[in-house]
Amino acid sequence: MADEHSTHTETGHGGGGHGAFPPFQPDAFASQIVWLALTFGALYFLMSRVALPRVAAILAERKDSIGQQLDAAAAMQAKARDASDAHDKSIAEAKSKAQALAQSARDQLAAQSDASRKSLESELGAKLATAEAQIAETTARAMANVDAIASDAAGAIVERLTGKATTPDVIASAIAAAKQA
Amino acid sequence: MDPIHQFNISKLIPLQVFGRDISFTNSSAYMVVAVLIVALLMIVFVNPRAMVPGRLQSLAEIIYEFIANMVREAAGESGMKFFPLVFSLFMFILICNFVGLIPYTFTVTSHIIITITLALIVFATVIIAGFATNGLHFLHLFVPSGVPKAVLPVVVAIEIISFLSRPVSQSIRLFANMLAGHITLKVFGGFVVMLLGAGGWAAISPLPFLMTVCLMALEMLVAFLQAYVFAILTCMYLNDALHPGH
Repeated sequence: MADEHSTHTETGHGGGGHGAFPPFQPDAFASQIVWLALTFGALYFLMSRVALPRVAAILAERKDSIGQQLDAAAAMQAKARDASDAHDKSIAEAKSKAQALAQSARDQLAAQSDASRKSLESELGAKLATAEAQIAETTARAMANVDAIASDAAGAIVERLTGKATTPDVIASAIAAAKQA
Repeated sequence: MDPIHQFNISKLIPLQVFGRDISFTNSSAYMVVAVLIVALLMIVFVNPRAMVPGRLQSLAEIIYEFIANMVREAAGESGMKFFPLVFSLFMFILICNFVGLIPYTFTVTSHIIITITLALIVFATVIIAGFATNGLHFLHLFVPSGVPKAVLPVVVAIEIISFLSRPVSQSIRLFANMLAGHITLKVFGGFVVMLLGAGGWAAISPLPFLMTVCLMALEMLVAFLQAYVFAILTCMYLNDALHPGH
C-alpha cells in the first residue's frame, strides 16, 4: 500500500483519478483522524492532568513564597524604621537634656561667681570704710597733737623772745584766735 | 526533487479495523513524536520543581504563562477552563510545524484533514460550551445588538455564515501556510541542486541557497505564528461562546 501511495504521486502528476496530491488523498484520511484523535487525546490528557497542574502549582508556590518574603521584608523595614525613629528621638532627647544640663551648670557657675564677687566687693568695701575711718581718726588725733605741739612751741618761742613765761591759757586763746583768722 | 514528495503518507505498520485502513503511518509517527516532545518539555523539564528554575524549567514556565495570559486576555477568567485545550492545540501545532522544518521530516500540519479535524474540535467545543454556559442565550451571538429591524435578517444570515466558516478559515490558513512554505523551500532547495549539476551555472547556485536560508528563517516565524494564530482564534471563539452578547 505504501508503494501504491508513492506511485500515485510520482506518476499521477498530470492529474487523473483521486490522490494526485497527497494532502487530498481520501484513503489516508481515516488513519490520520484516528491517530490524531489518539495522540492529541493523549496529549490533552497529559497536559490537563499532569503537566499544567504541576506547572501551576510551582508558579503558585513561587508566587506565595515571594509574596510572603516581600511581606516579611516590608514588616522588617517598618520595624527598622520604627527603631531608627526611636533612636533619633532618644538622641534628640539626650541632646536637649545635655544642653539643659550644660545651661544649668553654666547658670549655677555664673551665679556662684557673681555671689562670690559681690561678697568680696562688700568685704573690700567694709575694709575700705574701716581703713578710711581709721585714717580719719588718726588724722584727728594728729591734728589734736598738732595743737598741743604748736602751743608748746609757741610758749617756748614767746618765753625765749620775752624772757617771761606765759600761761598755756593765753597761748591757747591766741592760737584759737589765729586759727579763726 | 519533486516538491510534493515530502507530503506523501507511507504506511509503517498496516492496520485494518472494521474494513477501514487506520495504518500507523509516517504521519502517525510524527504525531507521536510531537506528543513526546511536548511531554518532555512540559513534564520532564519541570520535574526539578525548583523554586528558582533552571533554563529548561524556565522554558516550560514561560510557555505556560504565555498561553495562560493569552487565554486570560482573549477569553477572560472563565475561559481558563479551556486552557488545557488551547495549550494542547498550540503546542501540538507548534511542535508539528517546527519538526516539519527539519529536512527529511514529515509535516503533520501540512495535511488538510489534520487541520480541519483540529478546527472542528474547536468548533464543537465552542458550540457545546456556548449552549452549556448560556443556554439559548448563546444564539444572541447571531443577533448583534443595536441593528435596525429591517436589516436584521441579512445581518443574522451573515453572522451565521461567518460562524460556520470559522473552522474552514482556521484550518485552511494553517494547512495552506505549511504546505506553501514547504513547497517553496523545496523548490528553492531544488534550484541549488539543479544549478550545481549544470556546469557553469553552478556559479550562481549561492543565490537560491541564500534564498533558502532566508526562507527557512521566514518559515520558522510562520511555524510559530500559525500555531499562535490558531490558538488565539480558538480563544476568541471561546470568548464568543462564553460571552455571546457582544
